[in-house]
Parts: sequence; C-alpha cells; structure tokens
Amino acid sequence: MTDETKTRRFEAMVLPHLDAAYNLARWLTRNDRDAEDVVQEAFLRAFKFFGGFRGENGRAWLLGIVRNTCYSWLRQNRKQDLNTPFDEEAHSLELQRQSQPDNNPESILARDDDLRFLNQALEKLPLEFREVIVLRDLEDLSYKEIAEVSAIPLGTVMSRLSRGRRLLLACVGQMKQESCDGL
Amino acid sequence: MDCKEAQELLPAHVDRELGVRESVEIDKHLLSCFACQAEYAKQQAAQAAVKRRATYYAAPGHLGSRIRLALPSDVASPPAPRTWNWYNVGAALLSVVAITVSIGLYRTLPTAGDRLADEIVAEHVRSLMLNHATDVLSSDRHTVKPWFAGKLDFSPPVYDLATAGFPLVGGRLDYLEHRPVAALVYRFHQHLINLFVAPAPGGKAVPAQSLSRQGYHLVSWSHAGMVYWAVSDVEPAELDRFREILLARTKLP
Repeated sequence: MTDETKTRRFEAMVLPHLDAAYNLARWLTRNDRDAEDVVQEAFLRAFKFFGGFRGENGRAWLLGIVRNTCYSWLRQNRKQDLNTPFDEEAHSLELQRQSQPDNNPESILARDDDLRFLNQALEKLPLEFREVIVLRDLEDLSYKEIAEVSAIPLGTVMSRLSRGRRLLLACVGQMKQESCDGL
Repeated sequence: MDCKEAQELLPAHVDRELGVRESVEIDKHLLSCFACQAEYAKQQAAQAAVKRRATYYAAPGHLGSRIRLALPSDVASPPAPRTWNWYNVGAALLSVVAITVSIGLYRTLPTAGDRLADEIVAEHVRSLMLNHATDVLSSDRHTVKPWFAGKLDFSPPVYDLATAGFPLVGGRLDYLEHRPVAALVYRFHQHLINLFVAPAPGGKAVPAQSLSRQGYHLVSWSHAGMVYWAVSDVEPAELDRFREILLARTKLP
C-alpha cells in the first residue's frame, strides 16, 4: 500500500469516527483541550498501525486506541485519576441511605430538572466505571466490543456496568441532597 | 435462578444482551423477587438517563482539519504524483504533456506558493469528500460572520452574493499554513466554491494570482489587509467573475 492510498483509506475508514473518538476522550480526560490532544495523538497512532488493521470494525478498533492513548496520557499527566479508590462499603452505605422512599435515585432521575446533576455525577465516577458506561450508553457498543476496547473479560464488563450505574445513581442522589441542604 | 445469579445478569438484561433462555429465567425470578425488581429498576433508570440525557461531545470542527494536516504523506508530500491515480485521466494527461513540454519546471522544488496552492486544493477536495463543507450552514451573513467571532483572531468579511448567482452556503474553520483561517462556501449552479480568508502576512498586499491544479482553478487576491483564495471546479472565467463581484462588494462603504 503506498502512503497515499493508505492515507486515503484511512481518511475513508477511520476519520468518520472522529466524533466517537472525541466523545470518549472528552469523558475520560474531562477537558476539551486535553481531549483534542489525546484524539490527535490517537489518530496518529492509529495511522501507524493501520497497516495491520483488517477492516472489520473501524469504530471499535479506533476507540481501543483512543482509550489506550487516554490511559497513557493520564498516567503521565494525572496519575491521581487512575487511582481513585473504589470504596465498596461507603458505596453500599450510600446506596442504603439513598433508598429511603422519599429520596430514591430512580425517582430523582425521572424528573427532568434534576438531570443537570447527571453529567457532573458521571464525571465524578472512577475512570473504569465511567469508561464502560460511556462506551455502552453513549457510543452504543455491544458488551463484546467493550470487552475488546477495554481489554477486560465479558464478565467484568457486566460487573463494571452494574456497579457503575449504581454508583452513578447514588452520586446523583447525594448531589441533589447537598444542593437541597445548601438552600 | 437465585438472587446472586440474577443480580449478576441484571445489567445485561437491561441492555438486552442476554440469550432467550436466560432472559426468560431472569424474568421469572423478577416476578417473585422485590429486591431484584428494585435493582432492575435502578439499572434501567441509570441506563436510560445516560443514554438520553448525558452530553455527547461532538468533535470541534477544526479538529478534523488539524488531524488531516498532521497525517504523514499528505500535505507535506510533493504535490504532483499523489494526484494521478485518483483525479481524472485528463488531469494526468495534462501533467504528462506539461512534463514533456517543460521538464525543467518539474525539477525545481515546490515554492512556498506552490505548496500553499496544493494545500488549498487539498482542503477544497477534502471538504467535498468528507461531506464537511460547512460548520455553520446559513445564507445569512449575519449568522455566518458572528459564528467566527471567538474562533479566529480576525473577523472575515462575509457577503451573500446570491443576486449575482453566487449564493452563500455557509462557513467553517480550516487550517492553512498551520494557522486557522475562515473558509466561506459559495455555490454556483451545482459547483461549490471555497473562499479562504486570512489576514495578509505582515499586512502587506500580495499580487493577484490565477492558476490551475488537478482540474481545479484557484484565484487569489488581497484587499484591505486580507488575503483571499477562491478555489473551485467552475470555469476560470466564472471564478474570475466571482472575484470581481466580491472585490467590488468589499470595496463598497
């Protein structure tokens, strides 16, 4: 493949997934500028490895590279993002507290005006949970594709989604509570 | 199926990723287990909320251009060879004729002006290929002009020339010579004209130019501290007319 046909094939098969790449990078880095840098870096990496790509699923293939580029970027620039401890006990206590009938998470999220907390809560989730939720609910990837992109077993995709979603609801509930307390 | 098993499979049930047998079993379990029903409702609420309401961040318009410019063997490669196998045969033949007529011309390295012309044609072709001619789609100059505010460190003059046969289609951000420029898109019959606008280097006027590349025509001129490049596949005479009309319009008070 000459450089030129390579560039052209790349532009036709990989560049159309630019929005998906940016959305993932934006959620993982939580910042516009960093997301742009990471995405550009990821596309250059993708171009380098493009010769080895057999062309089944350009989107998942690219998202895998974006995800890995994000992780190396975070390792270099924001180590603390990678090591957010996941406190299972506090998490379940929080869930119990939120499950009081007058303040349960489902009914909180059912009200439109309370959804302003949703983006904030999703940003607060530890990286590994945020990642699978974005891949599943925003990028619409199948469990099998997520397993490939994130390099984890299918069972882990499932458990991370499950815990991530519970944590998200708890977080929204807590934010709502705090904003009410502050009034 | 017990609660432990059911809870493990619940997210997949919400996402419809389970097989028929497992789905039926989990539904059976849910009918008789309130704890799992509550958990199912939670999973579903969170999934639906993110799907419907969380922000999907689309890439900013200039990021695509930035990446394309950074790809190897693209803009940086020598201009002539890369066009032969995909532009029309006529253009290739013309090049062959040009080579036989003047080999010396091809021996010289491309000048900065040549590279710029190639870059402009490449941007024009890409804007058509990627179906991404405009970031702001409007024939109203009062919509297009303010759209550039905050995105550029200059304000490009924007005019709709519909009465002269060149309606304004919209605008987008683009990159030329490693700096952001305004790209305005006009239509002439079925052809699109890309008009790139940027401040003149050092504020100095540059001589008007007219040239052809790979079947595309390019005219450039400067006026009031701005440089303009118009590129399209319309006839050179029409592109000249476009320049005349626009120039006349920009000179109006």
